[in-house]
Amino acid sequence: MAKMGVIGDKDSVMLFKAVGLDVFFETEGDKANRRLHRLAREGYAVVFVTEPLYEACAETIAEYAAEAYPAIIPIPDNQGVQGIGMQALKQNVEKAVGVDILFNN
Amino acid sequence: MAAIQAKPTRMELSNLKKRKTVAVRGHKMMKDKRDELVRRFIIFARRNRELREEVERKLTLAMKSFVLARASMSNAEIEEALLYPARAASVETGSESVLSIPVPKLKLETQEGFTYPYGYATTSAELDGAVQQLAEVLPLMLELAEIEKSCSRLADEIEKTRRRVNALEYVMIPQFTETIRSIQMKLEENDRQSTTRLMKTKEMLQQQS
Repeated sequence: MAKMGVIGDKDSVMLFKAVGLDVFFETEGDKANRRLHRLAREGYAVVFVTEPLYEACAETIAEYAAEAYPAIIPIPDNQGVQGIGMQALKQNVEKAVGVDILFNN
Repeated sequence: MAAIQAKPTRMELSNLKKRKTVAVRGHKMMKDKRDELVRRFIIFARRNRELREEVERKLTLAMKSFVLARASMSNAEIEEALLYPARAASVETGSESVLSIPVPKLKLETQEGFTYPYGYATTSAELDGAVQQLAEVLPLMLELAEIEKSCSRLADEIEKTRRRVNALEYVMIPQFTETIRSIQMKLEENDRQSTTRLMKTKEMLQQQS
């Protein structure tokens, strides 16, 4: 039985508290980094991170990419979608297939 | 392609031949693995894209309703309603093997019935709407997490496998072929040398007698 967490600025992620996720308010990249490490150690299976923080924590996220858990997933914040999540998917496709076959049709 | 430094002996030759057959077989298997991984990856990637689009759309909607809810309630009221510890949602984690790559499998612990974690007295209808919308997206978000993680793991594995296939195809196998050829030529040369020497000696012996 694993927990789920959300990291983001207060206005965007407060709502997740209502559906029972563990919510952590962070706005700075450094602190979010540390928080991510801590959540990974505490055995969180999924951590949703808002897109601006996802960008700031890219290194930490790359570290955990090789492990099965935690899955660190970018979500849009209340500023709307910035396309960072799609960007990550695109990079994966390019890495695997060599060319981007999903988005250029 | 530079050949490996090896002593031109029969022993070395047979060793190299064995290594080459292993390399060729490995290369074939790696290639098959790569093709299958790519096939599965594409399925995952398509699903990933669909899910991400859906989740992003629905989440943005939920967040918009939340912004409205914030506008219609005071900050303190919102915090009071939301920050009170609700029942925690949790996930059941498992792992599935895709061509012996462990990928996560997540299952949301279903809560019986959906209830709001706050009373209705001080909260607005907009907040109810936002929470309801979010609760609907949550299972999708989990599926997205699962698929996205699988996708990135598969991509890593494909990259690794492709590198191995290329190393075998363009470095290892040509190297073995080249070395085997050069050893064979050296051995044949040695053979010819000893035959000529024998012939020469025979000739000299015949002349003496």
